[in-house]
Amino acid sequence: MIELDVNGRTHQVTADPDTPLLYVLRDDLELNGAKFGCGLGQCGACTVLVDGIATLSCVTPILLLAGRQITTVEALGTAAKPGPLQRAFVEEQAAQCGYCTAGMMMRAQALLQQNLFASEEEIRAHMEPNLCRCGTHFRILRAIRRAAKIMLGEHSAGQSRAEPSPPLESNTDITRRPAHSERRERPER
Amino acid sequence: MKARTRSALIWLAGTLTPLMGFVVYAWRPAIAPLEANAPGQFAQAAINRGAQLAALGNCATCHTAYGGAMYSGGRKLATAFGNIYSTNITPEAQTGIGKWSLEAFQRAMRQGVDREGRHLYPAFPYDHFTLVTDADNAALYAFLMTRKPVRARTPENELSFPLNVRMVIAGWKLLFLHTGPYDNAATQDVTWNRGAYLVNGLAHCGGCHTPRNDFGAENSQRFSGADAEGWHAFAIDSRAHTHEAWTADSLYAYLRHGWQEQHGDAYGPMASVVQNLAVATDEDLRAISIYMASRIDGQPAPAAAAARPPEPPQSEDTGAQVYAATCQNCHDGSRPLPFGGVRLTLSTAVTGESATNLINIILHGLNPAEVSTGAMMPGFGHTLTDAQLESLVSYIRSAQASRPAWADVDTTVRAARSRDHD
Repeated sequence: MIELDVNGRTHQVTADPDTPLLYVLRDDLELNGAKFGCGLGQCGACTVLVDGIATLSCVTPILLLAGRQITTVEALGTAAKPGPLQRAFVEEQAAQCGYCTAGMMMRAQALLQQNLFASEEEIRAHMEPNLCRCGTHFRILRAIRRAAKIMLGEHSAGQSRAEPSPPLESNTDITRRPAHSERRERPER
Repeated sequence: MKARTRSALIWLAGTLTPLMGFVVYAWRPAIAPLEANAPGQFAQAAINRGAQLAALGNCATCHTAYGGAMYSGGRKLATAFGNIYSTNITPEAQTGIGKWSLEAFQRAMRQGVDREGRHLYPAFPYDHFTLVTDADNAALYAFLMTRKPVRARTPENELSFPLNVRMVIAGWKLLFLHTGPYDNAATQDVTWNRGAYLVNGLAHCGGCHTPRNDFGAENSQRFSGADAEGWHAFAIDSRAHTHEAWTADSLYAYLRHGWQEQHGDAYGPMASVVQNLAVATDEDLRAISIYMASRIDGQPAPAAAAARPPEPPQSEDTGAQVYAATCQNCHDGSRPLPFGGVRLTLSTAVTGESATNLINIILHGLNPAEVSTGAMMPGFGHTLTDAQLESLVSYIRSAQASRPAWADVDTTVRAARSRDHD
């Protein structure tokens, strides 16, 4: 019996210790956001967060995860109340078949939690392990930049994550902090 | 008083005369700058040959910064003596070698002196390049002078006194610089000699695979293995600890493809070496392989090396449990290299002298962006604790290597964790 902390809830898992986290998430906990792509840790479709770091769940046995904080795409928001990354992916239409999307979002989430001002170069380097066979990488990069702006807007205005933010100019350089005036437009609470 | 003045003068003369002699010895004149580089003057055949030679010399790896323009320099080379930044060797007049004549280029390769007459630090491996022939230098020059000029000023070296005085390097050369040209070994054939010329000259394999003395010069234990850039460059002489003996054919396959099924993948600094070798000719790679196989010849046969049988996995051992849960699926699976993991009994990272490489690979994996041709592997540095990693490494060594345990796994893990993988 291994105790897993997934999205803030503790689960008693009876699967063998060598079971990959992905199987437990999908088969036992019915969290089907993370996808089985290659099963070899080569494509990134199964990416989740472990203690805030992007981790390939298909090659990570639960043996290593007792007491670690696991976060899946389900924790980012819901269809009714999408989180910033989910909203940004919808707004940029950053998916074709959508199979890689959950993994892409989780890897991006790991970066943006650390650094909302990640440069284009940093975003590209960070996202390098995740593959999209449809070729929507450019839209995905745009969505990550947009998500960073949405999060920045929320941070400065102190809004809750679920509240919608106003549309943002997509051609602004997101590698720089937003201008003071841009931030001031948001209502103070 | 007079006596004291006289003795002071004698002391001064005794000190200054050798010093002046040294300065005279060490002084190199500037070589007149080129009026203008004319890329059109070079024959395409020479440029092509230069490209193949530059690949063998692995020039691009040191002379290109991460994310920088090819050959524009600025890569930090961390040495035991301080940080040295590689130079811009694009044909740009102000910041590169655009004003360098062939004579100046050849002098840099042979003497380690730049066009202006300044001594170069031996991080630039001219202790090997002294062997490079006039014809090969001319081809390398033709290749470099026809690259795209890039204006890029490289950072100042970070060295303390007296090493920041370049003339000191002349003393180093006096002690350690072996001059060329390459002497053909009469007992060997043309191909072997070609391989020896390349390996000990332009390819400067000893730069990583030969241990260095306190002055940073390669010692006499050629190819006996050494630590370099946070990795262990394995012994590639008769001390090589591999499960399967290297042959000219397996060495060729490894250098050509970046992996070989009986030995595993090129990784770490060797990955970029192999990546560059992609444009090298088959003929040159065959010659290198034949020469290196002759150097490795005499390594203990695998059966003789097996001092004791592998220990059976202990199920209560953390390392065995982590191995079974994390590693086994790929490394004991049925997929052959490069699609599956190498059998760890065959891997030099497991059988070699140092735990460093095995630990680096478990921590960081084999990144496809760095390992362009061979297998890839995800890193487990984030999910494994130090204790789990130490147990795993010790277990793999005891179960798969038939060699004595590594003594310093814990310190090697800590060193690898703290290293900045830049």
